[in-house]
Amino acid sequence: MVPLGDCAAYIEFADKLDLEVNAFVQQLAVAVHARARPWMRDVVPALGGIALHYDPDHPDVHGDALEAAAILVQECMKGNGAAEEAPVRAVEVPVCYERAFAPDLEEVARHAKLDVEEIARIHAGGEYRVLMIGFAPGHAYMSGLDAKLAVPRRATPRALVAPGAVAIANEQTVIYPYAISGGWSVIGRTPMAVFDAAREAPSLLASGDRVRFRAITAEEFMALKK
Amino acid sequence: MSIRVLRPGLLTTLQDRGRHGLQHVGLCPGGAMDPVALALANALVGNEAGEAALEITVIGPELSFEEETLVALCGAEFDGSFPHNRPVLAPAGSRFNVGHAGRGARAYLAVAGGFSVEPVLGSRSTYLPGHFGGFQGRSLKHGDALALRDPVATGRFAKLKKTRNGTVKWSAPPFTLPDREPILVHVLEGQHFASFDSSAQRSFFDTVWKIAPESNRMGFRLSGPVLARSEQNEILSGPTALGTVQVPANGTPIALMADHQTTGGYPRIAEIVSADVARLAQLAPGGTVHFARCDLGMAAELRHDARERLSTALRGIAWNYGQ
Repeated sequence: MVPLGDCAAYIEFADKLDLEVNAFVQQLAVAVHARARPWMRDVVPALGGIALHYDPDHPDVHGDALEAAAILVQECMKGNGAAEEAPVRAVEVPVCYERAFAPDLEEVARHAKLDVEEIARIHAGGEYRVLMIGFAPGHAYMSGLDAKLAVPRRATPRALVAPGAVAIANEQTVIYPYAISGGWSVIGRTPMAVFDAAREAPSLLASGDRVRFRAITAEEFMALKK
Repeated sequence: MSIRVLRPGLLTTLQDRGRHGLQHVGLCPGGAMDPVALALANALVGNEAGEAALEITVIGPELSFEEETLVALCGAEFDGSFPHNRPVLAPAGSRFNVGHAGRGARAYLAVAGGFSVEPVLGSRSTYLPGHFGGFQGRSLKHGDALALRDPVATGRFAKLKKTRNGTVKWSAPPFTLPDREPILVHVLEGQHFASFDSSAQRSFFDTVWKIAPESNRMGFRLSGPVLARSEQNEILSGPTALGTVQVPANGTPIALMADHQTTGGYPRIAEIVSADVARLAQLAPGGTVHFARCDLGMAAELRHDARERLSTALRGIAWNYGQ
């Protein structure tokens, strides 16, 4: 456990990506969130650990906030049996893999020595798990990418990717929420709003979700976009 | 009632104390870069400390007040016609040019009653990357008309009415502004401090860092020596916080500010203590800072001192109003 400044702490369980640890962290975050005290501002599951953001001067802290956070996490770890397992959500995300929506598809195809249709078929055929939401609102890092599509990050990030751009790098896939700079290879785009502040659940995806992609045509994309 | 924007300034946005509880879906709390100056501006016009105000950055706007409005400008000193750190009763039809920042980088313009915008996800703060919150999710533009809510502190109105020029002789202390540069900012060692080589560790604390031009509400880039790591391994992406100092592969540190990313894959060399973030936020590009090591005990002391200074100032404002 390390302090992340004086208003947060990070409890790290693994310093390398380990899917079992990641699943454990997600369960733990659900448990901590359920028992969160009024002084706790945010419970953030990351890839290999969990961050707690708090108000160290809140009257309910009674002493040292870092210590209180550690105790809370320990209590949750003890009680974190199978009975508390959170249900896993399954989310289907429509993606258009046509060229106009996939600026890096041909480059990925060359790199993977596959044709572009095959890339889309493999990507849409997989089952993914959200490892972490981070970097930007709703931006989900997902595991489960077929090793055949494992391309390195782009040497030069794109200045702007389209909102909803579906991209891959190494053995993960992401969806960009906004038009932001991004270093992953864009192979498609979803018409869904990845993060919508006006929606009851602003983020389309949550840590731990099972995700499947469904290939759609440009016409379907336009229809869904409306 | 409304305020019209004649010129928007460099970056003028509505900000309050931000939105907590959404970092697990990647949304940072955001809010005012200098919440101390925000609290003072609000107190001067009789608002709650967390009411939304205009955050004015380096080049201020020119505004016209349709009706008589109780306003206060706190934080950075601007060279325009607007009195600082005191309540001002702007007459109906008056125009104010906030001007350019001299000392400090950000000022907060609060109006009695607050601005009439709907909170988004529990806050009136503008989140620029997501285009939501504040005034239409963006910074102000020429011609915008900002509607105001009805003022609650009418007692303060009446007091100022009796003064000759609509303001007072006393003022609130601008204690987040740099007295001299470099400013001193306290940090805890970050999780990956030990992974930097010893000369990088030394130069992090020995260097007078300069705020680089490509700095914004998300983060301040610090120009100075390149910080090399002795371990070249990539680190697993982990959480960040307000004030995290991370070092990308190019060796140039970035201090994460209000609109920071919630996670990052760069090594975290240091964590700025919460009491010092508001002072750092008052540096414009070109401003200088050096870092001093501290521990959690000292961070708590600094926090308590800062809170005590603010509550003394708030009591002073209430006393001056005779309440």
